[in-house]
Amino acid sequence: MNNPTRNIRRSFSSVWIRCVGGVVAGVMAWMLMAAPLTAQIALRADTVHTMTGDPIINGVVLIEGSTIADVGPADAVDIPDGATVYEGTVITPGLVDPRGTVGLSGIYNVDSDQDQLDTTAPMQPELRAIDAYNPQEELVAFLRDQGITTVHTGHGPGALISGQTATFKTTGETVDDASLSDISALSMTLGPAATQRFSSPGTRAKGAAMLRDMFLQAERYRDTPEDERERNLPMEVLVQVLDGEIPAFIQAHRSHDIMTALRLAEEFGFNLVLEGAAEAYLVTEEIAEADIPVVLHPPKIRPFGAAENAQLTTAGELHAAGIPVAIQSGYEAYVPKTRVVLFEAGVAAANGLPHEAALASITRTAADIIGQSDVIGTLEPGKHGDVVLYNGNPFEYVTNACTVVIEGEVVKEDGCS
Amino acid sequence: MLSNQIRQALLIAVGVLGLLAADTAHAQDDPHVFRGATIYTMSGDAIDNGALVIQNGEILDVGSVGAVDVPSGAVEVDASGQVIMPGLIDTHSHIGGVSGGDGSSPLHPGVRTIDGINVRNSGIMRARAGGITTVNVLSGSGHLMSGQTTHLKLRDGSTIDDLLLCYEDSDICGGMKMANGTNSQRDSGPFPGTRAKSAAEARALFLEAEAYRDQLNSDDPPDRDLGMEGLVEVLNGERIVHFHTHRHDDIMTALRLRDEFGFELVLHHVSEGWRVADEIAEAGVPASIITLDSPGGKHEAVNLYFKNGRVLDEAGVDVSYHTDDPITDSRLFLRSPAMGVRAGMDRTAALESVTIAGARQLGLEDRIGSLEPGKDADFILLSGDPLSTYTRVNETWIEGMRVFDRSNPDDNAFFTGGYRIFDGTMHHVHDINE
Repeated sequence: MNNPTRNIRRSFSSVWIRCVGGVVAGVMAWMLMAAPLTAQIALRADTVHTMTGDPIINGVVLIEGSTIADVGPADAVDIPDGATVYEGTVITPGLVDPRGTVGLSGIYNVDSDQDQLDTTAPMQPELRAIDAYNPQEELVAFLRDQGITTVHTGHGPGALISGQTATFKTTGETVDDASLSDISALSMTLGPAATQRFSSPGTRAKGAAMLRDMFLQAERYRDTPEDERERNLPMEVLVQVLDGEIPAFIQAHRSHDIMTALRLAEEFGFNLVLEGAAEAYLVTEEIAEADIPVVLHPPKIRPFGAAENAQLTTAGELHAAGIPVAIQSGYEAYVPKTRVVLFEAGVAAANGLPHEAALASITRTAADIIGQSDVIGTLEPGKHGDVVLYNGNPFEYVTNACTVVIEGEVVKEDGCS
Repeated sequence: MLSNQIRQALLIAVGVLGLLAADTAHAQDDPHVFRGATIYTMSGDAIDNGALVIQNGEILDVGSVGAVDVPSGAVEVDASGQVIMPGLIDTHSHIGGVSGGDGSSPLHPGVRTIDGINVRNSGIMRARAGGITTVNVLSGSGHLMSGQTTHLKLRDGSTIDDLLLCYEDSDICGGMKMANGTNSQRDSGPFPGTRAKSAAEARALFLEAEAYRDQLNSDDPPDRDLGMEGLVEVLNGERIVHFHTHRHDDIMTALRLRDEFGFELVLHHVSEGWRVADEIAEAGVPASIITLDSPGGKHEAVNLYFKNGRVLDEAGVDVSYHTDDPITDSRLFLRSPAMGVRAGMDRTAALESVTIAGARQLGLEDRIGSLEPGKDADFILLSGDPLSTYTRVNETWIEGMRVFDRSNPDDNAFFTGGYRIFDGTMHHVHDINE
């Protein structure tokens, strides 16, 4: 409801509605009334992190309708009469969680609200995140209150191929309202997490062999003329990976599992994003040379199991090596049921990741890695009106997100009163 | 008694080490003065440009730089630009690979966690790296009563005896862990399946303990019974009950049990404490609470908010924060009260919550928790504001001995983590059932 353009596009893409023209017209008229394009919001702060260059001192972000109309120093941005004005200390783009399971993993942590992993088979690329995401999940609202405006979420770690991911704004009543991308990546796992729940694979090497065999099948499927093949849901998704339409997000914590991920990507030529990567600091050169981005584990991850060698300083070390680093909320089996990337990036910032790089790890770089940098991640005219206003340095424990705006809709405004 | 033996043992150890490393080894003997820091004594206002004087493991004096008495020959330490505050007290932790009772019963009053703690576990070093000097180590919450807790001073040492912190002239070195709500319920075996059954089992046990105590005072004393002995200490107010409880109604059940049997009670976790804050305050019962980054993870914790500390404190409840390590990490303990301040908690109350309030909740406030003459020389040097994300613990001192030094890479590794630093020291979180 917050983005008429997007909703209208979705409506047209639906075969059902296309057959009922009158309904389309009605829906369009209703949506235009529900979200007037003329709404104007101005946010002013002592420091505006546009993430496109140096921060602006005493800056203003002007939003018209659902997008950013202007950004600049206060004396250079014309705030129209009638605009709603919010003031604070710091402004950042809406925060981007580049990898979580929120919306599939619910707050109660019982079978009926845990949909991030199906264990009936070790490789299920056909499982769609949009068929499981609950946009009205309480944890989504919780994240929104902390300034998270976009989540890349979906099937979690725990199977060689656990399923698909998708990208959602943290508003919206239905999955279509919330969706920014219905399929964003294929979720894969290497290491003990991929072997412990299945009779096979039972070992690392078997897991890699099964994945290679699956990709070989997908190559054959891709190379078969369409009229000579039947639709095959798993193969269709794997072909998207092979064709570079979506990346494979591979969770690998141990350094040898990371190397297996690099090897698979090289063999089949798909776009790889490493996630988790607790031991990435042991193979920094190899990751940099392969030009692979890392969606790093939360720095506060508990150091046990495959992540027992995690360091608080890894984000800073990868950044220093020139590797694009974003910081994920990841998957939590117990408490906290979701992590908050703002808190995690703060810990990275306190342990060697430079301030702007730490902000980028949950804004610009995160948006880049999930393929959404054309619409979110920075404060620039034409991008989505996703903005967070704080009463201090966002990374300080005691700072709050006072005002949160998503596509021009104020979704939180009393966070500091 | 026991602690005197420990001190003697330590002094001997110190003498031996002193031949090898002259640096901190004589801290116990030589007076030290730390000058120029901002000092939070937690017994009065913060002191700018303060000085802390210690000797023989105790605090001699604390005050403004010009106002303290410094013995001649004191070792001068320039602490300017740093913050000094009491060593942090963690009222609820599972470091040391601790274990308690097993699945044979929901009630284990005779099981001692001192028999299940490994003080060589690197969790001890993680806690020191986080500025923690005293810990209440508890067994888990999967039982109505999982065992006797253990107070540890995180001194350098190689056995549990080196680290034990017992009450003065007493063999009692901890409390009693209890739990209600869902963790201690099970579908089968000897465990309760409902809340009412849980309470009934606990009450029946306390009745048994009352009878045992009465018999102890009679002409016909009973045979020794380890569980009953522990419970008599509870009934006598010598052993504090540390009660895991989340939901508002479970909190009231814990208060009801305490009213019936008159034991000393500290509520732990208390996730919905904000819903019954006035009732807790009226009962005069303290709360040891936790910060989690998001609500949920189980039904009982879906209403756990950052505001809990503020609401409880404003209602007049004595509030401490705990790590529940490994649920939250000892290295970042100061983050917990800081997140309370984020939600409006009074800053002084937040600092007290990890120092003197924690000491009160363990019954150790005469010895630890604030920087005052005569108290243990347990303190930390911080790089800045205790509640800032960017602040690091530079040094941790316990009884006049430095046990963590950030400038030493071997120590610092226990803060940052890294390859094979924490090997085998962490439980899988599901095993903790916390």
